[in-house]
Amino acid sequence: MADTRPGAGRRILRWIDYRLPFMALVEHELYEYPTPRNLSYWWNFGSLAGFMLIVMIGTGVFLAMQYTPSSDLAFDSVERIMRDVNYGWLMRYAHANGASMFFAIVYIHLFRGLYYGSYKRPRELVWMLGVIILLLMMATAFMGYVLPWGQMSYWAATVITNLFSAIPLVGHGIVTFLWGGFAVGDPTLHRFYALHYLLPFVIVAVVGLHMIALHTHGSNNPLGIDMKGPQDSIPFHPFYTIKDLFGLSIFLLIYAFFVFYAPNFLGDPQNYIPANPLQTPPDIVPEWYFLPFYAILRSVPDKLLGVIMLFSSILVLFVLPWLDTSPVRSARFRPVYNKVFWLLVIDVLALGYVGAHPPEGTIVTIGRIATFYYFFHFLILFPLIGWFERPRPLPTSIAAAVLGSAPLGAGSPLEKA
Amino acid sequence: MAAYRFSPSIGVAAMLLALAAFTPARAADETPPLPHQQWSFDGVFGTYDRASLQRGFQVYKQVCSACHPVKHLHFGDLAALGYTPGEIKAIAASDQVTDGPNDQGQMFQRPGRPSDPIPGPFPNDQAARAAEGGALPPDLSMIVKARDGGPDYVYALLNGFKPPPAGFKVPPGRYYNEYFPGHLIAMPPPLSDGAVKYADGTKATVPQMAHDVASFLNWASEPNLDTRHRTGVKVLLFLIVAVGVFYAAKRKIWAVVH
Repeated sequence: MADTRPGAGRRILRWIDYRLPFMALVEHELYEYPTPRNLSYWWNFGSLAGFMLIVMIGTGVFLAMQYTPSSDLAFDSVERIMRDVNYGWLMRYAHANGASMFFAIVYIHLFRGLYYGSYKRPRELVWMLGVIILLLMMATAFMGYVLPWGQMSYWAATVITNLFSAIPLVGHGIVTFLWGGFAVGDPTLHRFYALHYLLPFVIVAVVGLHMIALHTHGSNNPLGIDMKGPQDSIPFHPFYTIKDLFGLSIFLLIYAFFVFYAPNFLGDPQNYIPANPLQTPPDIVPEWYFLPFYAILRSVPDKLLGVIMLFSSILVLFVLPWLDTSPVRSARFRPVYNKVFWLLVIDVLALGYVGAHPPEGTIVTIGRIATFYYFFHFLILFPLIGWFERPRPLPTSIAAAVLGSAPLGAGSPLEKA
Repeated sequence: MAAYRFSPSIGVAAMLLALAAFTPARAADETPPLPHQQWSFDGVFGTYDRASLQRGFQVYKQVCSACHPVKHLHFGDLAALGYTPGEIKAIAASDQVTDGPNDQGQMFQRPGRPSDPIPGPFPNDQAARAAEGGALPPDLSMIVKARDGGPDYVYALLNGFKPPPAGFKVPPGRYYNEYFPGHLIAMPPPLSDGAVKYADGTKATVPQMAHDVASFLNWASEPNLDTRHRTGVKVLLFLIVAVGVFYAAKRKIWAVVH
């Protein structure tokens, strides 16, 4: 007697799905999820960031199994990982360089959002959750950098925690509270380790919210216009899964090059010297991904104001959806904004350059001009350009723009794929 | 403008100690650019030259180890230099290490074993400073990764002892070195032609010894470099194939959309 029922695996999945609709969720959010048909490679960076989050947690868990968060042992335990733990060097180099890769990806992702207006209605919360992720990443990266307990670890912790001493009246109390003592020391290292392990999981949760908010209205696209019907979209799978995989393989090539052939290129040699509270390094420089913010901090001659500007440089991103007065999302149709956008890119690169050099002479002047421009760009230019700029006419639909005169041509059989 | 914001007490303490510190934290910009050497371990296919590492270890053992420890190395690690287990046992046994406490609660000396860390010349940093006129000879097992320029810096430093330029005052106990930040180093020129007699008959010139010991110290800092480079080639080849496969698949799948 022939058994015509579906296979055992499928029956188990059905049994589960009836009670916990996990497969239905995957089916809905990954397989059918209608995605604009015209996403460029700039849209790869979201999934790449998600991939890096997993890599960081994966390598981090293995490192945590061997690492000792005590000020006497931390440095040596990291060296032990590098020398004596099987593939410890691979885990650590993948983790340390992974942080740089993660930030590079997220910054590209962020600038893509800025160029194509991905923060505009109805995606304001997608954007704001993204800014929260960025803040959490910064906190996590900073605390992770302290863990090897090298010279830069120690002095970076000293400099950054001391920022809070700028707060009037309670500042010094807060700093003592953060340190768990009267200087950066063993209690500081222990708590940073605990938080460094905790925050990535908070990031995972916020990424979940970021995804829910994103999937509510779907991805923005290079044209910045809404999907108006099935002819404008394609299912996420297999089209964007394969496109993301292709992008991922190219990214991995770059990442692997750093891990295997230039693992210390992005790091500071000073951090291979054990922390010494009695000796400041010649230059205290943060990792490259914090340099623009560091430049803003140092460009303001007043301590409290410098700290306020530092935090404002991120917080201003929260209100960006309301600072930008233009109804048009994509810079492609914004003849003024699509040029001014690049000024911000240059400005941030200039700030990065300033942050990497000792604040002397012209560096200070460039830093101040660039800091001024950064806020000018967000607070003045964004509202102003939207106000006087005359956008180019928008295409009637994605399909019309992409497929030209044959909107229901070759693409139509896919709608049920 | 204060570049870094410390609490005043730490700031003052740091400044005082920076003044007293062995390394002047300035004038790094006055050193000439490091001449780049040809290292066998450079590049994607670079590997350590074991003969050079062994010679470098000999230089370390006979010259550097008088003042500098290699804290992160164990005798057993020397197997990577091509020594046989018997040779390593002999090298380890030629050093006395402190062990204990024994049944009587006493620490005692015994010949080293391959599993022991290579003992340094001083029991602690304070003893080292006391013996070296206040200067602390840094640990060498991390030195290549802890300096800008890596092995090129070590090589340049060892060859960088020159008579000081006219008018440059060198206080007693300090030596002029072209490549040392601030130029005043507490280490006397450690190498001179023929300072060691190489077991393999290589002529022991200062540049030769500097090259060998810099190679050895690069290995000490990065003992997994050979494995890393070999794994990297495999990983990159795999990824290049993956890029091709995914590109073809992407073209094929998207053909219906375009």
